[in-house]
Amino acid sequence: MYIITEGGPKALDLNFTKEVKQRSGQEIELCFQCQKCASGCPIAEYGEIDTNQVLRMIQFGLKDELLKSKAIWVCVGCETCGARCPNGIRIAAVMDALREMAIEQGITPGEKDINLFHQCFLDSVKSHGRAHESTMLIRYKLKSGHLMEDVGVGLKMFLKGKLALFPHSVPSKTEVKRIFEWARKK
Amino acid sequence: MKLAYYPGCSLEATAKEYGSSVRSVCKALDVDLVEIPDWTCCGATSAHATNHRLAVGLPALTIKQMQAMDLDCVVPCSACFNRLKTAEYNMTNDAAVRQEMEKLLNFKYDGKPRVYDLLAYMVEKIGLPAITKKVQKPLKNLKIACYYGCLSVRPAEITGIDSTENPMQMDKLVKALGATPVNWSYKVECCGAGHSVAKSAMVTNLSGRILAKAREAGADLVVNSCPLCQTNLEMRRPPGEDMPVFFFTELMGLAFGISEAGNWLNKHLVDPSKVLSAIQAG
Ligand code: SF4
Ligand code: SF4
Repeated sequence: MYIITEGGPKALDLNFTKEVKQRSGQEIELCFQCQKCASGCPIAEYGEIDTNQVLRMIQFGLKDELLKSKAIWVCVGCETCGARCPNGIRIAAVMDALREMAIEQGITPGEKDINLFHQCFLDSVKSHGRAHESTMLIRYKLKSGHLMEDVGVGLKMFLKGKLALFPHSVPSKTEVKRIFEWARKK
Repeated sequence: MKLAYYPGCSLEATAKEYGSSVRSVCKALDVDLVEIPDWTCCGATSAHATNHRLAVGLPALTIKQMQAMDLDCVVPCSACFNRLKTAEYNMTNDAAVRQEMEKLLNFKYDGKPRVYDLLAYMVEKIGLPAITKKVQKPLKNLKIACYYGCLSVRPAEITGIDSTENPMQMDKLVKALGATPVNWSYKVECCGAGHSVAKSAMVTNLSGRILAKAREAGADLVVNSCPLCQTNLEMRRPPGEDMPVFFFTELMGLAFGISEAGNWLNKHLVDPSKVLSAIQAG
């Protein structure tokens, strides 16, 4: 079966549909496009695809369009959509699955800084066992190039003793490293 | 009463005032908090947004440590609570996940639910009568917008909340402290959460709207239970917005007449002094 897209006719990739269903554990075919999810989504205006459209596009197997989208990255995982979906679809879990697939397939994230932030945060947890805000933020700034953003408020936090200078390392660090290695193997 | 305690990373950094107020208030309520000795980060949004294994593996390690203590565990941070509770839920309801975690972390999961949101635990298990008994300075001049946000509330099957649209625990607590909770429609709206650094303009919009709605409802202040919400609501707000934001334990401390309360409030980025003088005048 084919679907007509802006770029011309495209074969439905139903393997993609199946994979998203399986990874997210959600019954995507139940979506009947009532748009309740999108109407309560706090970040609807920041992505290019509405939440209900994400579901429709999965049903149609539009893999590239979804995995390259901004929408999957700007989703904050607030679970508002799922709490209101009359069919009990947890769309936040669907979004998690889509992002994970995009990362695994090496697709350039539709929102570069958001993914970079996640990776810097997780690197910090991997090296110390706990998140260390100062080193994580410095790393993010160097890698993102947003060097001067938030310098004032960062200084204010520091003066209030809210940014620890040195990371706290936990004894179970080796177990944490092992969890990371296991989680990141294909 | 003895409880295991998971502070989470922010209570030792950006939300230090939450950490200190939790400890003082629990002490006042004769709750003995035993910190999980070797707790690790729950992985926060960054883990579940990018890797489903990490999202269970990291909290499962802490659940293993909790199990060794055999106590109910309270978690003040809504985000940590949500991650730990989700891992507990998945291990309990999905045999494949449980077995995978047992193998990875070399333990046998006993399936007992242990993870509790501190706010819910206070209201439901410690109970409002015990809390009311400790109140020395009722917060009677204050109108308060109780802000729950996302992660202590949704999804209901995991958090166990009574209502995802109109939860009432914090409202009841604030009332027990002598204040008046306002009716407003933004108590479970998202503040922008983990996008604070990478998409700050978006978060400023979302947080600003929450504060504006609280003001519209006639509130003097916003109270919440999440370090991430607190940071967003204080740091990511439109210029000129001066609505103060508190952790619920700070208000408990003030109502209990705990003298260190001043040290917590010094750490706020938004000056809470107007609110404090209203309390003193009361
Ligand atoms: S709320 Fe549920 S059924 Fe309605 S459009 Fe969204 S996903 Fe589909
Ligand atoms: S979980 Fe994502 S898609 Fe759903 S309402 Fe929240 S931001 Fe929107």
